[in-house]
Amino acid sequence: MSDVIRLEYRDITMRFAQGTGKMLTAISGVSFAVRDGEVVSLIGPSGCGKSTLLNIGSGLSAPSEGQAFVDGERVEGPNAHVAFMLQKDLLLPWRTIAENVMFGVEIQRLPLAERKRRAQTLLESLGLAEFSGHYPHQLSGGMRQRVALARTLAVDPSVLLLDEPFSAVDAQTRMVLQRELAQTLKRAGKTALLITHDLLEAVTLSDRVLVMSKRPGHIIDEIKIELPGRDNPIARRREPKVAEYVARLMDRLDIGGTPLEAGATA
Amino acid sequence: MSNASRNALVRRGTAASVAVLVVFLAAWQWGPGLLGIPSFIVPPLSMVAEEAVRMMHVNNVLLHTGVTAGEVIVGFVIGSLLGAGIGYALGMSPTAEFALSPYILALQIAPKVAFAPLFILWMGFTVYPKILVAILIVFFPVMVNVLTALRTVDPDLINLARAFKASRAQIFWKIEFPASMPPLFAGLRIGSTLAVVGVVVGELVGGNMGLGYLLSFGEGQANTPMVFVTILLLTLVGGIAYLLVILLEMRVLHYLPKRALGGL
Repeated sequence: MSDVIRLEYRDITMRFAQGTGKMLTAISGVSFAVRDGEVVSLIGPSGCGKSTLLNIGSGLSAPSEGQAFVDGERVEGPNAHVAFMLQKDLLLPWRTIAENVMFGVEIQRLPLAERKRRAQTLLESLGLAEFSGHYPHQLSGGMRQRVALARTLAVDPSVLLLDEPFSAVDAQTRMVLQRELAQTLKRAGKTALLITHDLLEAVTLSDRVLVMSKRPGHIIDEIKIELPGRDNPIARRREPKVAEYVARLMDRLDIGGTPLEAGATA
Repeated sequence: MSNASRNALVRRGTAASVAVLVVFLAAWQWGPGLLGIPSFIVPPLSMVAEEAVRMMHVNNVLLHTGVTAGEVIVGFVIGSLLGAGIGYALGMSPTAEFALSPYILALQIAPKVAFAPLFILWMGFTVYPKILVAILIVFFPVMVNVLTALRTVDPDLINLARAFKASRAQIFWKIEFPASMPPLFAGLRIGSTLAVVGVVVGELVGGNMGLGYLLSFGEGQANTPMVFVTILLLTLVGGIAYLLVILLEMRVLHYLPKRALGGL
C-alpha cells in the first residue's frame, strides 16, 4: 500500500429537495481519503447517505457542496477510473456471460480482441470459464454476482465502489464471494470502498472501517483493522480480536442500547 | 420442473386437448339435431364442410382468403413499424410524450373500427381503407407496450451504462432497445389478432373482396353454413399471423427461459 490517494471526499454535503419544498440534508461535511490498494468499509444506519456517497464518487450525482477526487482528478461526471457494483447483479439477460463481462469495455470501445482477452482472463480467474456462453438465468445468484464482479474489474478501474455487493446471496455463498473479492483486490492491488450493513464483513474485508451517523450523515468514527490476512476473510473470522472490533462497531451504531435500527444489524 | 414430469405434462395435456376437440366436433355434428335446433341457426359440422367444398368451386374462396390475408399482413407490418417507431421516439423524448399523451389517450379510447366508413369514403372500395383500419388498430398496443417498456427499464441499468461513460445512443442500443423486446413482442401478439378484426370490419363496411365481404354476402343469402366457413377461415388467418409472430419471438427472445408450450 502506497501513500498515493486514490479516492478522496472533501467536505461533501448533499441536500435533496423534498416534496414539501423543504430541503433534506442527507450528508453533511463528509471528508475522508482512501489510499492506493486500501480497502475501506463504510457502515451506518439505513438512510445515512452511504449510497449517495457512492453515487458522488462514481460521478452519477454531483454533491451540493464539496468535491470528490479520484486519482487526483476532480469528479465531474462518470469517468473511467471508477467502477461500481451493487447488490443487484445488473446482468443483461440478452447477453451471454462473456458478453456481460465485456459490457463496460465495449462501451469504452476497446478493440474486440482485447475485450475478449479480458473477459476470458477474468472468467477463468473467477472459475466461470465454462459458463462464458451461458445466459444469466442459467446461473445461480452467487455466480451471477461473480460475473458482476468480473464486469466491474474488466474496465480495469483504479477504484471499485461496492454497494452491499453480497447482501442478496445466502450466507455460505457470501463467505466464498467475500474471499474471492478479497483475493482479487489483493492480487490486482485495487482500491475499494465497500458499503455494507454486515459488521463482520466490514471487519474481515477491510483495512479501515468508517462509521456514519444517522441523517444528516457524517463520519463519527474511524477504526483501523489491525489484523493479518486481509486477503483471506474466512481465516480472519477466526481471529479473536474480530469480536472486539464488531462490538465496538455495534456500540458506535447504538445497536443493543436502543431499539434496533431497521437494517443496521449484522 | 424436471424433464420427465414436463414430458408427462405434455403427453397428458395433448391427450386432453385432442379429447376436447373430438367432443366439440361430435357435439357440433349431432348436438343441433338432438336439441332440435334448425340447421339455418346452427348447421351441423358435415353441412359446413360441404359448404366449404362448394365455396371453393363457386365463390373463389381462396382468392378472398388471400386478399384478407394480404391486407392483414400489410396492415400489421406497417402498423407495428409505426407503433414501435413512434413508441421509441416518444420514449426518448419525455417532453413530446407529455405534450402528446392526452391526444394519444383519446385516439386510443376511440373505437378504431368506427373509422372504417370514413376511410371508405376517402379511398373507395379498394384494399386501402381495410389496411388503414388494420394499421390504426395495430398501432396502439405496439406503441403503448414500447413506451411502457422504455419507462420501466431499471434505472440502475442505465446508471451502470452511464458510469461506464455510455453515450445516449449507446444507452438506447445496448440497454433500452433490447430491454423493450419482450413487451414489444407482447404488443405484436395482440396486434396480430387485432389486425384481422380491423381488416374484417373494413371489408364488412364496403367492397366486394375478402372474407369480410363473404360474411355479409352469406348473411344476405341467409346462408348460415357460409358464415360459419368464413369465420373458420378468418380464425385460420389470425392464427397463422399469431404463429408467425411467435416464431419470430422465439428467435429474437431465445435467451429467455423456455416456457411450457401452454404459455404460447
